[in-house]
Parts: sequence; structure tokens; C-alpha cells
Amino acid sequence: MSENKIKRRDFLFTATYAVGAVGVGATVWPMIDQMNPDASVKALASTEVDVSSVSPGKTITVLWRGKPVFIRRRTQEEIQEAKAVKMEELKHPEKDEDRAKNPEWLVMLGVCTHLGCVPLDQKGDYNGWFCPCHGSHYDISGRIRKGPAPTNMEIPEYNFVNSNTIKIG
Amino acid sequence: MSEHEYIPKSKFGKWFNDRLPLLTLANHLTDYPTPKNLNYWWTFGGILTFCLITQIVTGLVLAMHYIAHADMAFDSVEHIMRDVNYGWLIRYIHANGASMFFLAVYIHIFRSLFYGSYKAPREIIWIIGIIIYLLMMAAAFLGYVLPWGQMSFWGATVITNLFSAIPLVGEGIVTWLWGGYSVDNPTLTRFFTLHYLIPFLILGLVVLHIWALHVPGNNNPVGIDIQKPSKDTVPFHPYIVIKDGFALLMFMIVFAFFVFYTPNILGHADNYIEANPLVTPAHIVPEWYLLPFYAILRSVPDKLLGVVAMLSAILILAALPWLDTSKIRSAVFRPLYRQFYWILVADVLILGYVGAMPAEGLYLLIARVATAYYFIHFLVILPILGFKEKTIPVPLSITDPVLGGSPNLALAKKNKFEN
Repeated sequence: MSENKIKRRDFLFTATYAVGAVGVGATVWPMIDQMNPDASVKALASTEVDVSSVSPGKTITVLWRGKPVFIRRRTQEEIQEAKAVKMEELKHPEKDEDRAKNPEWLVMLGVCTHLGCVPLDQKGDYNGWFCPCHGSHYDISGRIRKGPAPTNMEIPEYNFVNSNTIKIG
Repeated sequence: MSEHEYIPKSKFGKWFNDRLPLLTLANHLTDYPTPKNLNYWWTFGGILTFCLITQIVTGLVLAMHYIAHADMAFDSVEHIMRDVNYGWLIRYIHANGASMFFLAVYIHIFRSLFYGSYKAPREIIWIIGIIIYLLMMAAAFLGYVLPWGQMSFWGATVITNLFSAIPLVGEGIVTWLWGGYSVDNPTLTRFFTLHYLIPFLILGLVVLHIWALHVPGNNNPVGIDIQKPSKDTVPFHPYIVIKDGFALLMFMIVFAFFVFYTPNILGHADNYIEANPLVTPAHIVPEWYLLPFYAILRSVPDKLLGVVAMLSAILILAALPWLDTSKIRSAVFRPLYRQFYWILVADVLILGYVGAMPAEGLYLLIARVATAYYFIHFLVILPILGFKEKTIPVPLSITDPVLGGSPNLALAKKNKFEN
């Protein structure tokens, strides 16, 4: 009789372990998934902002999903500056046209893509935003130019409900 | 370990001990043979046990008054400070206790580094210690979030965002940790739960740490094994108990100084401002005990590699028993290692200093050099040193140098003069 021959008992062991593993997985998953965003958090996923009082060259900050969203009404010079940047100078190349549907309005998450701090307005070497935590510099289109942040500041989903109101989310 | 079989004197004692040998354990702990040359650097194990118990007891009391809710946490902490009887004292002991805990653990770790306590046969004690240290950092971070001040909130944001550096699944993990799309109430409630849990995990690991210690027994300043227990050791009680007790008293004076005279000096004023998700404080720094690792994180210009470097700086310690190739434990007999040891101490202090400074200009350069040296120490210097270093002969036993009769001691002195 060969030692390596598969016995009926081996089959039973394997089948038992397999069923056991599925059972443990099915029990553990609810314990893990309960930590994900719940229904009430997901329900607050959009917000409307009245931007009629924002004059050119000013930024307002609104809270969306617990995070700040910068809404900047850019001046003509700023738009020119943002458009003039060559793609090869950028760490994360994105055209300004793709980031601001309406070039006058830049709507983006005010969250540094490095470790999540809120960058300061009108600061840094590129006339845009500067993150005080670890020194990332962003330009007037919110694109990363210098520092540890890996990507440009994120553009949330938004649209103009009318000329004075932006709906984020 | 005491070899003799312990038999309780009383009849009830015998009856009980046959069913649950607690008295045998107590006897082992009392008689536990301890090297008689232990110096005061060996008293920090006892001090750390005291710190853990202090944190658990004060934490339990604070939890009776604290409210883990984003709208109420900040006010409930102020309520503890102003309204609760002795609340100010209990909270200041708990907050400064965390700093004292880390002060003691750093001395304890650097004691082990100097005297080679991590080497065979004590690798498991050392690795359990590193796990305890990691859990301490987790507990300290989670606890710092609970008052829900500006530093709490932004510290939580920055540290949880470290996980977003993980490719592909990073963002999902961060959302899962938060229970939302930013640090918010679900984050606070789970942090409170985990902050309450971790000290008890540490307590369990401390039992394993001491159990693993009692198998080979203590290392000692000369770093050699016990030859004759009757000559080289003293019983733990009363000798070490009294010595540990005295050291603990000295430590408590320092502790009390912070609690009663400068209770906020180790904290940040920004944490007395309630959390505001729209404004990041101008200068974010972690608590002093995490600064060296923070400096390493910031010295690497790439997000993922920065996080990897920071974690490696801690985990590399777990590999230390195998990175240090020298058979000689104590730095007393390793003239070169002794110098590198003090350079490492200076390096870690420098990292701590630049970690508190803005990450720019000269500070950034110093941080990069110090980070590189930290890894070179463990990955290059220690492995090579074990083969290249000419060590001083160790004494034949712990007792020998005391009696002055060791031929090795004479040889050791001679070598010292020649070098």
C-alpha cells in the first residue's frame, strides 16, 4: 500500500476545511463591512452652493461630504496663466480646460493629495495653493507643481444648476 | 527558574495550589534569580509596568465622563477639566502619562541596544517588545484624536491618509478606516473603541514578554550567561523589588513635575481649538515621541516611499537580532560598537529635532542625511562590525570582575590601554 495514496479521510478533511473557510469568511465580512460608510453618510452625497456673491479673484470654501471644496472665481490673468503652462512641466499633466469646464470657475476638492491637509489660498511658488503640512505647491489650476503630493487636487463631480448655483456631487 | 518544587506551608494553600498553581507562580516570581550586577537601566521594565497600569486606571476613569461624539467630545473634555472632581488631575496624569510611558520605553529600548539584550537567546522577548511598542504608538495616536481638537482632527487626517499611499486599494482602505469620506463622527467612535482595547492587548503581550524573559533570565551589563546561580544571582525579592521601587520613586518625581508644574508643555496649544474640517493648522507636528519617524516620512520626496521608509524604520528593529552579527552582547566589550551606538543615539535625537521643524531648506537636508544614516547603521554598519571589530575579552563570570581575580580582567585592562 502506497503512503501517498489519497484516502477517503483526506477528502473529508479537505472538504471540511473548505466549508469551514467559507463559513469563517461569511461571518467575518459583516464585521469588516460595518466600518464602511453607512447609508446615512452616503445619503449626504450632494450639496448646492449659491456663488452669486463671489467676486473675481476670490475663493469660497464649502463643506461637501465632510471635506472642503474650493470654489474660485478666477481673473482673466489667472486663466491665461493656467492655460499657458506647458504639459511637460507638470508632474500630473492635465489641461486647464479639462479641470475647469467654465474657465472662470475652478471647483475642486480643497484636499492636498499627499496626506489630506487643506492647502492655503494664494500661497506658494506658483500663485495658487500651498499645503502647510508637508510643503506641496499647487498652481492656479490646482495642479501639483512642487512637493511630495503625487497628483493634482481632485475635481469633484459638479454642474451649474443656473448661472448662480453650483451643485456638487 | 528555580529548580526546587514549591510546596505551600498551609493546608489550604496546598489544597488550592494542587488545583491552580498560583502560589507556585508567586514563588517563582519572588525567588526568580536575577543577575546581581544589574544597574539602574534595568529598572525601566518595572517603571513601564507602572506606566501601563496608570494609563489603564486613569483611562477607565476618564471614559466615565468622556463622550465619543464629534459634537460633544471637545466639550466633554473641557467638562472633565472644569467640572468633574479632580478631572483636571486625572486627565493631566493620563495625557502626561503617555509621554512618560514613551520616555521610559525609549530608555528601555536603548538599554537593550547598548547591552545587546536582543541577541540569542532573547530574540522573542525583543520581537514581542517591538510589537508592544507598535501598539503603544497606535494607542497614543488614537488617544490623541479623542479630545477632537484641531491637532486631533488633522493628526487623524494625516495619519489615516498614510494608507492612501498603498497602490490600488489605498483609497478604499482610507474610506473604510474613516467610515465616511473624511474624518468624522464614525471615525471618532471607532477610534475610542480601539483606544480602549489596545492597552489590554498590551497587557497580554507584557505577560508574554515577561514569560519569555523568565526562560533564559535577565541579560546583564557584562552580557554573559550566569555561570553559578548561587554566586552570580540574587533573588528578585527583596533585592530587585527594592531597587525597582526606588527607581520608580525617582521616576514619579519627574512624572509629578510635568503633571503639576507644566502639564501642557508636551502638548500643542492648537488642540485647545475645536476640530474644524475647513482649516488646517499652519504647523502640524505629532507628539514628541513620534517625531523621529515623522522626520523620516517627510525626508522622502515620494508619497509611497516615504510611508515605506517610515514603517521600515520601525520594523527594521525586529530584524536586529540577525542584523547584528557580533557574538558579544554588551557594548562594554565592543569598543567600536560603543561609538556607533552613541552616533545612533545622536542621529535619532537629530531626527526628532528636525521632525519638529518645517520640512524645508537646511532642516530637510539634515533630515535626509540622518534618515540615510539610520538605515546605514542597521543595514551596513552592524552586519560588518560583527566580523571586523576587535572586541575586549569578556570576564569568565559576573562575579569575577567584582572579586578582581579574573585573568581576563587584567587582559581587558591591558587591551584598553593599548587601544
